[in-house]
Amino acid sequence: MSLGPHLLLALMEGTVAAFVLALTALGLTLVFGVMRIVNVAHGEFFMLGAVFAWAFAHLVGNPALGFLVAVIASPIVVGGAALVIDRAILRRFNYQPEATIVATIGLLYIIQQLVLIFYGPDARSVEAPINFRVQLPWFGYSGYKLVVAGIAALLLLATWYGIAKTKLGLVMRATQFDSETAQAFGIPVDRVYAAVFALGAMLAAIAGVLIVPIKQAYYLMGLDPLLLSFIVVIIGGLGSLRGAIIAAFVIGISDGVISVFFSPNLSKILATLLVALVLIFRPEGLFGGKAR
Amino acid sequence: MLRVEGLNCFYGNVQVLRDFALELKGGEVLCLLGRNGAGKTTLLKAIMGLVRARSGRLTLDDAELSALPAHAVPRQGIGYCPQGRRLFSELTVEENLQIGLMARDRGAATLERVLILFPVLRERMRQRAGTLSGGEQQMLATARALCLEPKALLLDEPTEGLMPSAITTILNTVRRLKAEGVATILVEQRVEAALTVADRILFIENGRSCESVAPDVLRDDPRLLHHYVGVGVKRERLGVQRS
Ligand SMILES: Nc1ncnc2c1ncn2[C@@H]1O[C@H](COP(=O)(O)OP(=O)(O)OP(=O)(O)O)[C@@H](O)[C@H]1O
Ligand SMILES: [Mg+2]
Repeated sequence: MSLGPHLLLALMEGTVAAFVLALTALGLTLVFGVMRIVNVAHGEFFMLGAVFAWAFAHLVGNPALGFLVAVIASPIVVGGAALVIDRAILRRFNYQPEATIVATIGLLYIIQQLVLIFYGPDARSVEAPINFRVQLPWFGYSGYKLVVAGIAALLLLATWYGIAKTKLGLVMRATQFDSETAQAFGIPVDRVYAAVFALGAMLAAIAGVLIVPIKQAYYLMGLDPLLLSFIVVIIGGLGSLRGAIIAAFVIGISDGVISVFFSPNLSKILATLLVALVLIFRPEGLFGGKAR
Repeated sequence: MLRVEGLNCFYGNVQVLRDFALELKGGEVLCLLGRNGAGKTTLLKAIMGLVRARSGRLTLDDAELSALPAHAVPRQGIGYCPQGRRLFSELTVEENLQIGLMARDRGAATLERVLILFPVLRERMRQRAGTLSGGEQQMLATARALCLEPKALLLDEPTEGLMPSAITTILNTVRRLKAEGVATILVEQRVEAALTVADRILFIENGRSCESVAPDVLRDDPRLLHHYVGVGVKRERLGVQRS
């Protein structure tokens, strides 16, 4: 394959990865933005999404139907788990930033170990719901990956619409900017927090579901998306939704291209370097507003 | 009727309100005067449930406010205009008002009535609240509280940093609401301005409710002011305001 098609392939792979990363990072930045909580266990929601997707697909049998069930049921189960975690842990710590970091670190290990016990150490694959290939002049490309990008794009749009245009979104933004005054206007802040935490977890879980047919479900698979999400969220500006999405595409696509032409390690080194530079020269992130 | 009885509030171990008591009827304007740090803002926050009372009772008509979670208090019909305005400054004027309306499920008709009181806001509905001028921001903060169609209104230094014409707008609004039967607690540093709208003045010192007097008494005897607020208000200035 010559350079042109090679580059095209790298760009396509990078774009698909970027869509999935954007979903995951959006969940992380949303939770941080509204609740001021750094959720270190965010990647585990991604992993749980994937593991439950395997379970549902396994139960149903038929790949297409199994995927359909998984893409709906898996985020619901994970969202439910997030609600329980919010009630049982985060609220008890009164959402203090330091305490919740430590708590979510603990949570990361607890979730991993539970999955290890009940699901096991194996990486298990799920069959893609569709297996047509899009035939380009130079290579064939997995149709499923295009579906992934499509679903992710739809969800990003839906999330944006929900936050920017609906009453619920308005309530969320008011809580984000000033939770005390929000309460003084009848907004039940703790219910908003619970909903946002669940929503953040569900976004990661859907990303996990979408990725299983490409990458397999494995109990340690949450670490990579966690790291990348943090990179993206810091570059984009903590709590900035637009920033997270733009940064996800910058990181995702450049990661795809650099990994193909040079090495995945170089790509990680550069991304981490970028984070360091951002933290030194523009700690509020490239797209974040000034700290309030 | 808004009633506060034996209210004790703490920040950590520091007691800020001590056996605080007050009573306020519909259509009455109570002006709360006291030095910086006396606990005026804390009292309003305690009524809103934002600072929890360690003991004491808060009631509005038949509703026991002290038993409610903070977000349920405004739904009983209390509009709050916090010190420093506390607008959602990243949101638009319209969205700020929308949040006020949502608190008690009010709609376009209420909004229309509020905008008649503050017509300047009408032209700025899509502007970010943080970019309004100081006077406009104060009007928005007041308007947002009125969007609840409150039975009781809590205004914490609503004239802070405003020029005289803007102060007049705010005070006229208080007068109009009074005529509509709204009970208002007005925290105010500008004693002269406060005296023109208040039915009663309540002094607060070190978190205790002290004397409650009629405005006329203060006009005739400024020693009270000197004692509780530490300012000497000239009789002449009070006279001017009265006319
Ligand atoms: N969040 C808080 N934590 C601890 N102490 C507080 C807090 N808020 C207020 N205080 C203290 O409580 C006391 C009363 O404060 P408050 O804001 O009610 O005073 P105020 O009468 O409104 O004063 P001002 O006229 O300056 O607005 C002050 O001594 C203040 O330092
Ligand atoms: Mg105050």
